Order: sequence, then C-alpha cells, then structure tokens
Amino acid sequence: MDTGQHESQAADERPAASQRTVECAVAVLLLLVGAVVMWDSWRIGAGWGEDGPKSGYFPFYIGLFIVAGSAINLWNGLRLKGEDNGAFVLKSQFALVWSVLWPTAVFIVLIRGIGPVPGVGIYVASMIFIAWFMRRLGQYSWLKILPIGVGVSLYFFIMFEVWFKVPLPKGPLEALFGFD
Amino acid sequence: MKTQTMKRITQALMAAGIALAIPFAQAWEPTKTVEFIVPAGTGGGADQMARLIDGIIKKNNLMKQPMVVINKGGGAGAEGFLDVKGTKDPHKIIITLSNLFTTPMAQGTPFNWKDLTPVKMLALDQFVLWVHADNPAKTAKDYIEQVKKTPADARKKMGGTGSKQEDQIITVALEKQTGTKFTYVPYKGGGEVATQLVGKHVDSTVNNPIEAVAQWRAGNLKPLCVFDDMRMPYKAKVTDTMSWNDIPTCKEAGVDTDYVMLRGIFTTPGATPDQVKYYVDLLDKVRATPEWKEFMERGAFNQTALVGKEYVDWIAKNEQLHMNLMKEAGFLKTN
Amino acid sequence: MIESITSLLQGFTVALTPFNLMLMAIGIILGVLIGVLPGLGGANGVAILLPLTFTMPPTSAIILLSCIYWGALFGGAITSILFNIPGEPWSVATTFDGYPLAQQGKAGQALTSAFTSSFIGAFVAVVMITFLAPFVAKLALKFGPKENFSVYLLTFCAFVGMSKGAPWKTIVAMMLGFALASVGLDNVTGSLRLTFGQEALLKGFNFLIAVIGLFGIGEILLTIEEGLVFKGAKAKLNMQVVLETWKELPKYWKTSLRSSAVGCFMGIVPGGATPASFMAYGVAKRMSPDGNDFGKGKVEGVVAPETAAHAAGTSALLPMLTLGVPGSPTAAVLLGGLLIWGLQPGPLLFVEQKDFVWGLIASMYLGNIVGLIIVLTCVPLFAAILRIPFAIIAPVILVICAIGAYTVNNSMFDVYMMLVFGVLGYLFKKLDYPLAPLVLALVLGDRTEEAFRQALLGTGGDLSVFFSNGLVGTITTLALTLLFWPLVSKLLAMVRSKWK
Repeated sequence: MDTGQHESQAADERPAASQRTVECAVAVLLLLVGAVVMWDSWRIGAGWGEDGPKSGYFPFYIGLFIVAGSAINLWNGLRLKGEDNGAFVLKSQFALVWSVLWPTAVFIVLIRGIGPVPGVGIYVASMIFIAWFMRRLGQYSWLKILPIGVGVSLYFFIMFEVWFKVPLPKGPLEALFGFD
Repeated sequence: MKTQTMKRITQALMAAGIALAIPFAQAWEPTKTVEFIVPAGTGGGADQMARLIDGIIKKNNLMKQPMVVINKGGGAGAEGFLDVKGTKDPHKIIITLSNLFTTPMAQGTPFNWKDLTPVKMLALDQFVLWVHADNPAKTAKDYIEQVKKTPADARKKMGGTGSKQEDQIITVALEKQTGTKFTYVPYKGGGEVATQLVGKHVDSTVNNPIEAVAQWRAGNLKPLCVFDDMRMPYKAKVTDTMSWNDIPTCKEAGVDTDYVMLRGIFTTPGATPDQVKYYVDLLDKVRATPEWKEFMERGAFNQTALVGKEYVDWIAKNEQLHMNLMKEAGFLKTN
Repeated sequence: MIESITSLLQGFTVALTPFNLMLMAIGIILGVLIGVLPGLGGANGVAILLPLTFTMPPTSAIILLSCIYWGALFGGAITSILFNIPGEPWSVATTFDGYPLAQQGKAGQALTSAFTSSFIGAFVAVVMITFLAPFVAKLALKFGPKENFSVYLLTFCAFVGMSKGAPWKTIVAMMLGFALASVGLDNVTGSLRLTFGQEALLKGFNFLIAVIGLFGIGEILLTIEEGLVFKGAKAKLNMQVVLETWKELPKYWKTSLRSSAVGCFMGIVPGGATPASFMAYGVAKRMSPDGNDFGKGKVEGVVAPETAAHAAGTSALLPMLTLGVPGSPTAAVLLGGLLIWGLQPGPLLFVEQKDFVWGLIASMYLGNIVGLIIVLTCVPLFAAILRIPFAIIAPVILVICAIGAYTVNNSMFDVYMMLVFGVLGYLFKKLDYPLAPLVLALVLGDRTEEAFRQALLGTGGDLSVFFSNGLVGTITTLALTLLFWPLVSKLLAMVRSKWK
C-alpha cells in the first residue's frame, strides 16, 4: 500500500497552483494588511508632533511601504507568463504538504477545543497526533506506535508539568489524576 | 421532661458538631500549583517583590503546593489583569502596581479592581525625587528653581517608568504644584531609569527607593525628597551620612505633592472567604520572616498592611484619587 | 591588572572544589536540555532550582545557576542546526548556514563549529570582564536613547542589502516585520496600536512565535514537498568529525575575532545577544571572500553568529551585576536569587562581595570549559537525532513547536498564530520573500522606534541629536557608511582604476 500510494502521487505532475496565482494572492493579502496598518495608524495620529513623531507616524509609513511594495509585486506577478509562470507547487507535492498541514491544524484545535466543544489538553492531543502521524504516514504497527506516543507525551508531562512547573493546557484525563 | 433533656443534648451535640465542622469547611488549601501573576515585565519593583515572596515561601516551606511567578505585562499590565479576571479558579493571585487603576483609565481596557477579589495590602511603595550626585541642588526647592530657570527649548528631563502611569502622574502633579514644566521621558523599567540618571541622560527621576538605592549607596545619585505626608521611618544609615529617615518629605521641602503606590494582592473573581483567608494567612507568614523585614527596610517601604473592608475602602478611595489625577493630567482615554 | 589576576586566582580556589565542579556539570547538562526545547528557557530552569540553592553557599548557588545559563546558550544552537528551529532568539542567525550544512550531511561539523565558537566568544568576553570591568561599566552608562538608536541603526545597516531577493519583496518583508513589532502598547505615549480592541493582541507579537512558525513549521512544510524524509540523515556519527572540524576552524580566526568584538560591544550596550548575532553574520558576509556563498552552508556563517551571541550573552552579565539591570528573563530570576541571599546587585557588589563576584567570574571560565567538553562529546548523539524516521520525529517536532509557542505567554492564540506564521513562512520561502529582514525588524523594531522617539523628546524633533556627541556621531556615521558601502566601494574602485 505504501509504495502504491506514493507512486500514484508521484505520477501527478500537474500544478496545483501556478506561480502567478500564488504570487498575486500573497501580494493582495499583504496589500490589505498594509492598508489596515495605515488606517489604524491614521486613526491614532500619524503626524509629527511637537516632540518628534506621534504614535502612528512610523506604522503609517510602514503600512504605506507595504501597500506600495505589494502593489509593485502584484504588478510583477500579473505579468508573469511563459517559463516564469511555472507551477508554484505540483499536485503531488501539495498532497504531501497537505497531509502534514491539516493534521497539525486538527492537533492544535484539539488542545483547547473550539467553540462549545472542550479540548482534550496538549498531552492527549500530542498522543493522538503522534499516533495518527506514525500510522498514516509511517505505516508503523501499533506495537511501536503506542509506546512512542504515550512515552513522548508522558515525557513532556513530567518535564513541563511535574518538573519545571510550566502549566500547559490540560483536559479531562489529567483532571482524573488530580492535575487541572 | 426526659424528651426535653434529650432534645437539649441533641441540640448541644449538633452545635458542637457544627462548631467542629466549621474549621474543616473553612480550611481551604490549594490543590495544585498556584500561579502568581505579575502584570509587569521582569526586573521591576512588582516583579522583584513577587519573586521575593515566592522565594520566601519556598525557602520556609510555607505552602504544600508549588507556586510559579508568571509575568504578563502586555498592554501596560492589562494582559495580567484580564487573565485573572477571566477565570474562576482561585489558584491564581496577582500583585498590583498603580496600573490597576491607570491602565483601564488610560486605555479603556475592560477591567476594574472590582472584577477581582481583594486579598491583602502588603505595603505601600514610596516615591523619591532623585537627581545626579553632581547636581548642585541641595533641596527639592533648589532643584525646582533650576527647572524654573531653564528655557522652554531645553527643559529638564524627568525619567520614569511607562507612559500615563504613576511616574508620569507624579511628574504632572509636581508640575502643577510648582508651576514648572519637565520633558517626561518614559522607559521600560525602573532599574533602567536609575541607570539613565547615573549616565546623565535625564536630569531627575521619581524612582521607588528599591530601584535607586544601589546607586545612592554608590554615591551616584542624591535623594531630594519623598512624596509622602511623613518621613520614612527607617533610621539605619544607608550611606555614610544618611538614612531613609533623613530624606525630608516634599511638603517640608516646600513642594507639596504626595503619592504612594499600592503593593497589594488580589485573587480571582468569586473567591470564597476561606480561600481569601488562606492567602491572607500565607502572606502574614511571609511578612513575619526576617527576609521580608530586610526587604522592607532596604526598599524603605511604608508597611501599612490592610485586609478586608479597610483594604477595600482604601482601594476605592485611591481609585477616585487616580481618576482625579488622570483627569487633571489629561490622560483619560478620550476616543 | 595585577589585582585582577590575584583576585581571579582567589576566585578559582573558591570555585574549584569537587562539589562546585559537580554542580557545574549538573548545571550544564540541565541547561542544554532546557535550551533544546523552545518551550523552556534558562529562566524556567533557574526558577525551579532556586529553592534548592537556598541551602548552599551563595557562590555554589550562583555557579549552579549560571551553568544552567551557559548550558542553555549551548543548547539553543542544536535545534537551529538540525531542524531550522531556533531554540532561543539569538540562534536565528545560526540557522542561516547551520541548517543547510546539516542538510548536506554535515550536522557534525556545524554543531562542532557552533559549540567551539560559542566557547571562544564567551571566553573572550570573560577575559574582558576580568580585566576591564570598571571601564566597561562606565562605557555602559554612556548609552542613552540616542546612543541606543544609533546602535540599532548600525545593526540594521550591517545586515541590510545582504539578501538577494527582489528589492520590493525585501522591503515588504522588512516592513511587515516592523508592522508586527508595533502591535500592542506604544511605550512612549502609552496608547494602544493596531490592537483593534482584541485582547489577544494587547501583548503584541512575540518574536519567538513568529520564528518558530516562519522557520520551524515553514521549513517542515517545505521539506516534505520532496517526500516524507528529512535530509542529512547520513551525518557522520563519531568523534572524528570534531577533530576534523577543529583543523578547519583556525582558518576563520579573523571572523572569530571580529565577531567577538561585535558581541562584547553589543553585550555591554543594551543591544544584547540577538542583534549581536545578526550584526556579526552581516559583517562576516561582507568581509568574507566567499560572501556570496553565505546561506548555502558555510562554516564561517555558523562561526560568526555563535561567537557574537555568546560574547554578548556573557558580557551582558556585567551590567546586571554592576548596574542591577537584568538583561534577560533569566537574569531577572537570578537577580531575585541574589536578593534572597542578601546580595545587592549594583556598583558596590564588586567592593562589598569580592568573594562572590570573583567566584562567579572564575566559574564562568570553568563552566565554559566543562560545558564545551560535555557538549562536544554529545555531538554524535545530537547528529543521530536526524536518523530517527520522519514519521516519528516530525510530529514530535510539531508538538515541541506548539508547546514552545504556548509557553511564551501561556496563550493558545499564540499557537494558532504559530501555524499561520508557518504557512506564511512556506509561501514566503517559495516566493523568494526573504525571512531574515522580517525577523530582524520584528525583534528590533519597537526598541529602535522607542529609542528614536525617546531621543527626540524635548528636542522639538531635531534630528541633529544623532550627531550631538562623539560617541553617537561615530556610531551613526559608521552605520550610514555601512549602509552605503556598496556605493562607496564602487566609487572607490572607480577612483582607483582612474588613478591607474
């Protein structure tokens, strides 16, 4: 199964996104960020007061530079074509990136939960995350996964919670043992 | 008749039972690590005091559960206060600076001391007017005369911690009282302010005693007056010639301004009386140690320590005071 | 001078007891462990061990605690080189060449050069403290807002113009760093900027979170495009590599010397270790004949920032002792310890507590030697981490990153931001937006602006204050010369060719 999956991915050499699309998208995003920075700085005063620059002076021009720079980058991005406008990322590559990115996002959400759904704490989330990763991307047997997943989480627990007294987010399982 | 006696006995027994049960119910103790929040950065006055309390507790085994000091100084302390306000877990206490009052007033951050549960006032921190040892001024009056003589484009610089906080409030109050004008230069920490004065990058400061004492002893700084209505009580010599008690009050020196800063402890909203009592008792034990007494003397603290209603009244009165000072100085958030 | 030497020898007799040597070893090992994990800093280790030290004599206590500090300094380089994740802020510049080296299977060389350079940097700084302490303390006092600003300007100028990316992308990246740095409270006026009423934004963006995301997570995403493996697994795993690298290192003596000077200077003035490492990297790149190969895995590119960071980290202890101003969270916790032991940091510490001070200085020499021996022996062990299969080590690294981001402010928001920075780092790397200027602007942005505005207070906005005395004028001029160096050198070349 391992090799089969990888071969089918490797075969997919089509681009997931072109250089131009991503270049322009990032430029637009940064342009918006710059505009927001400028707007908020203008609000708090972007002038030169009696004792030098006011609060918003530097951020305002910083925002201006971001907007101007991004506009130029956008223009350059739009003009990309032919050889310069290659694939930003191939579908096969993106599949690999995605296979790591989404579980990481889920792992982070699991820690504290989302909205009314409570989280399970960082230690349990880490255990699940490591186990999932080893199983899906490494095809390890549960005999190896369990000791590593539990061991690593336990190690962090002892290191942070017990030894160095650094409180990390915890969930119902830790509460059972009197750590909450 | 018999039944009557029985009834009485049962009543008495029950009363005794309740009496016995009360201490059990009252004796709350932490069941896990207590977080000690400092709404300021590392190295300042509040941080030093919190770390000293933590050290005393650990050294004398005053607590069964561990304690950790956590700095949450973001947004002029708003980060720390909002953190404590946002939880019901009483395993969290916070030490205050004047930013308990000034931060919500200056920035409109949504918290007020009433959101927290007051535990105990530990001490009041004094403010002293310091100049460089080379400054010819012998009294506060001399220095104010110097300030009056400087032209508007080369004003004397007053260094202080933060902006629109206690140091700047005192500076503005001083200006109003004496009809002078300073250029206030804000720095991030009290230790830095003292060093900047030694390096003559500012002309004076209103450092707390603990922040400047090392430089005073080394002969680099000179205290002019203390911003309180009476002199500091410590008569042991700090330098070869002077004790804290030898520093006149600013009123004596002809500059009628006073200000003290609360070093108090609060805990999370909704903490029960026995939880508060636990912390009060703990802090009383801390206050009884020689280390604490030495710290109080070295930092020339005003050792007023209030609890309960008196503490609350004091806070309420001071909130009003800060409101007036901030309003006069034009520091209230307008938009 | 002679007095210093006799005091130091006395210090050695205080520090050189079997008990103290054992404490040094324990401290170093603990420190390395702490330094490796981005979630734990020297401050945690010192805070936890502080109560233990109350039963010891103060000199032993400070030896144990300061060795944790040295250990953490050494440890910070390990994750930077192996995984591109800076364990501590001053290790960022180490990733620029350390990580490429590791990817080429030269993790052993990179680690050995990093450790050895750290040692040399720290050693030079201790020698300076030993003999020049009074002079150095006086120099530190000369730095007010305008002088600080000129130092920050110098850092930027030494570093800028180095990246080879498209100019507008470099500008946008740098400005984005400045924008992120200005989020939160403006200390000069006490008003909030760019927080949009959001509680989570009050404290601003911490540098470490951005770095863990941009470098650590971004790099993992970039690596796996090529398949689910880490490169560099073929690193040699024996002690041979240490000796081989040592043969090569003397070639870079000029870089070491320059970086030590930069580090010592930045440690005394309030610049600190992080700007020192960037500045030294920038200077080394300009001065080196193979400057263009920097960033592709040059040993010199590891030597420069590590030497400077440790020279700065060590010399920064001097202002802490003589002025009582802690330069880092670790130093603040140490200060708390000094107070409990009844020692008062300040100008008189050197006079009143001679034994303590010279014991501490002696322990700096010994602690660094003990530390170097310990970490060098472990080089093969550290390099072996790269052999752990990807499917096991990758999730563990991601967990460590999440913990690290959380512990900076105990805030989940920071962990979410870390992932956002991770994606941003991936996109920026692929689109050739340079990350180094962004990081530098983020770490120095608010301090630079604050110093600039503090300096202008009361001047009516007159920029000539940055040339108002010899010190600030010299540094500002030096900074501007460095900034326009490419132009200046071209002009010089033209003049020279015409002359011929």
